[in-house]
Amino acid sequence: MIARSILPVLTVLGIILAFWYVGTVGMNWRVEAERFERMGLEKTTTEMLAATMAMDRPILPAPHQVWAEIQSSVFERSPTSRRSLVFHAWVTLSSTLVGFLMGTLLGILLAVGIVHSKVLDKSLLPWIIASQTIPILAIAPMIIIVFSTLGVTGLIPKAFISIYLAFFPVAIGMVKGLRSPEAMHLDLMHTYNASESQTFWKLRLPSSLPYLFASMKIAVAISLVGAIVGELPTGATAGLGARLLSGSYYGQTTQIWSALFMAAFMSALLVYAIGWLGGFVNKRMGARDEARA
Amino acid sequence: MEQRLFGLTGTSILWAALAFWVVAWAVNQRLAGVRASNAGTKVVINLAIPVLFGVTLLVLWEGVTRGLNVPQVVMPPPSMVWDRITGSVDILWADFQQTFLKAVIVGYIIGCSIGFLVAILIDRSPFWKAGIMPVGNLMSALPIIGIAPIMVMWFGFDWPSKAAVVVVMTFFPMLVNTIAGLNAAGHMERDLMHTYASSYPQTLIKLRLPAAMPFIFNALKINSTLALIGAIVAEFFGTPIVGMGFRISTAVGSLNIDLVWAEIFVAALAGSLTYGAIALVERSVTFWHPSNRRTR
Repeated sequence: MIARSILPVLTVLGIILAFWYVGTVGMNWRVEAERFERMGLEKTTTEMLAATMAMDRPILPAPHQVWAEIQSSVFERSPTSRRSLVFHAWVTLSSTLVGFLMGTLLGILLAVGIVHSKVLDKSLLPWIIASQTIPILAIAPMIIIVFSTLGVTGLIPKAFISIYLAFFPVAIGMVKGLRSPEAMHLDLMHTYNASESQTFWKLRLPSSLPYLFASMKIAVAISLVGAIVGELPTGATAGLGARLLSGSYYGQTTQIWSALFMAAFMSALLVYAIGWLGGFVNKRMGARDEARA
Repeated sequence: MEQRLFGLTGTSILWAALAFWVVAWAVNQRLAGVRASNAGTKVVINLAIPVLFGVTLLVLWEGVTRGLNVPQVVMPPPSMVWDRITGSVDILWADFQQTFLKAVIVGYIIGCSIGFLVAILIDRSPFWKAGIMPVGNLMSALPIIGIAPIMVMWFGFDWPSKAAVVVVMTFFPMLVNTIAGLNAAGHMERDLMHTYASSYPQTLIKLRLPAAMPFIFNALKINSTLALIGAIVAEFFGTPIVGMGFRISTAVGSLNIDLVWAEIFVAALAGSLTYGAIALVERSVTFWHPSNRRTR
């Protein structure tokens, strides 16, 4: 399966790369041409092509420029330096993880409450859904300010945004998962005279795990988005969001792109890690194939 | 300053709000236990419980903020937000026009249609499907919102740059969902179309697209929230002096938190109405789907 899709995926990636180079030349051409004209220099096409891919502040940097920037800011600077991308990535990652873990915990607790209490089910569930109509990312600046007037700064406000985003898919997925045991199985537990908590630990929780991991994948991805957006209003001090903002202030496009790629890499890694953990746990518990997330 | 509400003062407001909470909870407990005999009462009860819960939240919010004299900078009481909403309709409407009617709607329509068309195009070729699906799946999980500064640089400060962000954000969910949906028609049905000697377009229009509708509507719903968020956040990176994102960031800067909440109210209202409208259309288009069939 994987071997069969390698060639197509590589082709698609190759096409994207080719388009990128064409775009680099096309978008930077006019700026460079005007610059050379002002300097009164005649340039051949080959020299122009080279110049469009070696600009200091290009409109669109070439892929190899972005790669060089990532390389220099990841490998050639000490990870504690403010100019290191690893430093900024770690700032973002730490608040992502705190937000993700607490959000997941909150989501699970809410789901357990909803499954076991009819009042919570009827009153809370519609509001959990309604809570997501508030575009939390849009009010990230306000949350940061409110927390800072309360004297809380740094990791917690950003993590709060991630919690708000992450709890939702987990709560919805867990409610679905905890209700996924078939009536037959629940009846069996009933005939065993199992208590509510025994049913929960031995039947409901195990059968909800595939749903949990599927929702956690979504949750970790949006936690990262939440952390990045949460960094925008902090005045661009640290984190990948701050790199994006300061890059856009000073026209450092290469810096923006390298921060973007770092974020994409982290997101893919986190989602993959959750997927692997889910596969591992499901296998250990002997889940059936179709139930696996 | 001492707060007054219905002749109550200070902490007694708080106690009144807490008392309301307890009463409302008890009522809800009762309501949840009622076994309604006819469908009408059932609907009313199922509506009444969340509404009562929501009202309780508002009362608690009002009670806590007024009763404990919470500074307005931290959390304005809902009554004050409502005053602000009714008092500055013109500002809110201008922002709504700029952000929602221009950036969100244009970006949403373009992004969803391109995603849909690309899905139809590559659906015939297993090679492209195998190549684009993993990339598309990966892209839907990435923080695409980060391209906002680049788009602002390319397309300028006005709404087209925000629409561009929305286009990219909505494209991938639509692409992935449509492709998944086009594969949803069963083999039996496809074989049947084959025995009818139906052409590719006939199979597509009469069987596979209708079968894909639940997936497509799923993408439309996901995208409706994504689009609003994308447009608002993109405005943080540079905007003319109008727009919901602009208003939120400047109102936060000048500590007009009630105006921020007013914008949030507008955004939440617009978001839920769009979602509701899409869900209504979905119900009439995919009336055959098990989740829409009425259980008797």
